[in-house]
Amino acid sequence: MRATPKRDNYDIVVIGAGPAGLAATVFAAEAGLSALLLDENPGPGGQVWRAISSTPVAEREQLGADYWAGADLVQAVRSSGAEIIHRATVWSLDRNLEVGVSVGGASAFINARRVVLATGALERPFPIPGWTLPGVMTAGAAQTMLKSSGLVPDGRTVIAGQGPLLWLLAAQILRLGGRIDRILDTTERRNHIAALPHAFAFMTSPYFAKGLAMMREVRAKVRVVTGVNELSAEGDGQLATVTYAAGDRRETIPAGLLLLHQGVVPNVNLAMAAGVEHRWDDRQLCWSPVVDDKGNTSVEGIAIAGDGAGIAGMEAAVFRGRIAARAAVQALAPEEAAKLAPMAMLRTNLARAERGRAFLDTLFRPARQFRIPKGDTIVCRCEEVTANDILDAVAIGATGPNQLKAYRRTGMGPCQGRLCGLTVTELMAEARGKSPQEIGYYRLRAPVKPITLSELAAVAKTEADVNAVVRG
Amino acid sequence: MTRLVDAIVVGGGIHGCSTALHLSLAGMKPVLIEKDYAGRHASGVNAGGVRQLARHVAEIPLSIRSMGIWEGIGELVDDSCGFESHGQVLVAENDAEFDACRARVAELNALGFTHEELIDGPELRRLVPAVAETCPGGVVSRRDGAAEPARTTTAFRRKAAAQGATVCEGVAASNIRREDGLWRVDVGADSYAAPVLVNAAGAWAGRIAAALGEPVPVETVAPMLMITSRVPHFIDPVVILRGRKLSFKQFANGTVLIGGGHLAAADQDRNETVLDWRSLAVSAGTVFDLFPVMRSASIVRAWAGIEARTLDDLPVLGPSARHAGLYHQFGFSLHGFQLGPGAGAVMAELIVNGGTQTRIGELGIDRFCSFNPANEDETL
Amino acid sequence: MFKRSDQDTRRPLQIFVDGTAVEAREGDTVSAALLASGRDARRATAVSGAPRLPYCMMGVCFDCLVTIDGVGNRQGCLVPVAEGMQIEIQKGKREIGR
Repeated sequence: MRATPKRDNYDIVVIGAGPAGLAATVFAAEAGLSALLLDENPGPGGQVWRAISSTPVAEREQLGADYWAGADLVQAVRSSGAEIIHRATVWSLDRNLEVGVSVGGASAFINARRVVLATGALERPFPIPGWTLPGVMTAGAAQTMLKSSGLVPDGRTVIAGQGPLLWLLAAQILRLGGRIDRILDTTERRNHIAALPHAFAFMTSPYFAKGLAMMREVRAKVRVVTGVNELSAEGDGQLATVTYAAGDRRETIPAGLLLLHQGVVPNVNLAMAAGVEHRWDDRQLCWSPVVDDKGNTSVEGIAIAGDGAGIAGMEAAVFRGRIAARAAVQALAPEEAAKLAPMAMLRTNLARAERGRAFLDTLFRPARQFRIPKGDTIVCRCEEVTANDILDAVAIGATGPNQLKAYRRTGMGPCQGRLCGLTVTELMAEARGKSPQEIGYYRLRAPVKPITLSELAAVAKTEADVNAVVRG
Repeated sequence: MTRLVDAIVVGGGIHGCSTALHLSLAGMKPVLIEKDYAGRHASGVNAGGVRQLARHVAEIPLSIRSMGIWEGIGELVDDSCGFESHGQVLVAENDAEFDACRARVAELNALGFTHEELIDGPELRRLVPAVAETCPGGVVSRRDGAAEPARTTTAFRRKAAAQGATVCEGVAASNIRREDGLWRVDVGADSYAAPVLVNAAGAWAGRIAAALGEPVPVETVAPMLMITSRVPHFIDPVVILRGRKLSFKQFANGTVLIGGGHLAAADQDRNETVLDWRSLAVSAGTVFDLFPVMRSASIVRAWAGIEARTLDDLPVLGPSARHAGLYHQFGFSLHGFQLGPGAGAVMAELIVNGGTQTRIGELGIDRFCSFNPANEDETL
Repeated sequence: MFKRSDQDTRRPLQIFVDGTAVEAREGDTVSAALLASGRDARRATAVSGAPRLPYCMMGVCFDCLVTIDGVGNRQGCLVPVAEGMQIEIQKGKREIGR
């Protein structure tokens, strides 16, 4: 039995132990607030520093300096006095700041005076034909296995997509002796031109030199095809081949593993279920919460830090976490705030960390055909709904994602739209000639992760249930 | 611009959509005004129960009328609405409850209603094999069943539009007034005028009635529901309990819906509800007791739809007691979905024919306001 | 599909997949252990019975659902293995109430 929360209320509850959550927790605890850090993974680090305290990868340079940069924060949070619970799944949060959390098969409700959501990002859906076949995974999935279990691709492996993470993963796989047969780069050529105005800021950012070096390292060992504008996976119950087109060239290559990646987007489910207002971000092509310069959302008491507030990367996440925590301290215990780094300094640091983001967003803006699929391509993996199914529903009157649920059950499976929501919004927007903002998103509801009936039953009220008229 | 139509229906729930459809079928040209979209609130997100079982005697004739329409729903709206008729079963958990069931069925039989049928333990377990062994029996209404609520409401809206009704979604009806013998309603920059106004605005209907001088004791409520992931088929009828709040149903796709009337906190101005997980936990506990087979099922989602509940738990259905051309159709108090098709048909008869064969006398708004017609206020 | 790094010196432990003993390493998640084992660990979806393997490995996609020690629909990518753990690959709609 793992530790359950020691109290039923805290000054601050931080959800997610990635860069933003760790940084926020350290600040809050150092200022003397009672702080609880809840995280779904077995250890701290989130995705970017996953398994930082347990990875079997002993040769440090193989994972890179950015990975090990998280060690200090992990150390700091452990000595901060904050209560930390791992393998804790937060399945509910509402505007009363009540947190429903499942630990070890038992659920508890906790009340917070402030909540910092640091639920980070997830990989953007990459709905190509065949993406549900066994053997097709995200690049992030391969990276997770590499970091936490030292596992690397073995058979014929193709990596397809674009973005910094793709190159980092490729470099890490090669350093650990894994196999990559081909990299299919889907970056649109015109993006290079569109990104030019942002190039100067990027070249003065820390990403520039690192990114170039990594691409050189990978290109020396793996054949890279650029300008890929068509992509599909084929196989009978298991991935067998990958077909791509690049310019005039079209090729089908054998593959046992296809790793897909076209950037990351905010993980919005818990925030949306809590009623936090989100807007469509035209540059990042995703829903982002409406936050002020302290990370405060439309729901009083809930702040969002890190990539969950809009993709900005690991270094920015740390400063956003500190800013959100400092604001919480300022609100709850103003006399303690002076102990912490001044807000102005945090903002300066954040601005530096955010340099170059516009360049990356523009250069790696995913191509339309990889965001808005056609025909029999599956959009909703859980309910197995295709692009055509959705267009058919639009034709008979489905006007938005919530109406679509009634026609096709999209988004009603266990993933709750995490892997189809963006696609559905953009697909319906295009079909109906509206903007994604006008089309909207699924109304999300708790539990944001399923819980068993018996687990829920076990938290029942103690007072006798009232006898009431039955209704149906 | 003011458009003249035959009737203005405010509210795009199952009731407003049904009334708009039936008016269209009767040859009228109604406009349906919905501030969000059809089925956005309770009509689209309720448990989908199509139930004559366990109803208040005052609404049984309407429920029976509606049941007849449900049985031909596919032909009416060109969509099956997911309607399946596997019966609804009310379960008695102990002998005292079973005695109450026996008395209830006898009372209905004395009134001439035969849709409810007392069943003993073996028949209960034949119909609901998974129910706990300790339950002594119950009541079945065999023609009852369930449908998909959002699909149903949408189908009514679609068919109403196909029959010539104008459907305005996404803009609220405002400035409802009577001028020069016509009801007038602003919808964004447009306005509509008609001799007939139907107030079918669900949780928002009480405000409309009050503004027109007919206040009704009505509260805004949001009954909660939750649904499990798909599990193998194990139950056909909808199950409700005699003594505890629970409704329980498995869809054809395997998911199991758990409801029963525990309420969320409703904020109708924000279009939002805040779930009360401690009450949902009570529902989960009831299922845990009654259906041991369900204990390891996963709850994947919970929600609540906003609607109106009256002081006596009965709807307000019929003409205004105060104004010519005004009709009310609201306050269905957590059990209006099954009544929707029938209530729309009855409402159309009231409007077109001036009367209906279906007995709805006890549902009138006059039961709440002892209004003297001499005070009729035409300046509204 | 995947192989273990030579650097991996974590303690081996034994889990059971549909009754068959499989070696895993301490710190593996159930999904990682299944993928590393080389066994056919494809589940069949509850909707159409289509075969699936884990897709995201970070708790998002629910394609790693497995029955662990008798509890169904667990996200295998979030649960660390333990000595003697019983894993069942889910085929179609999960039986309940066993």
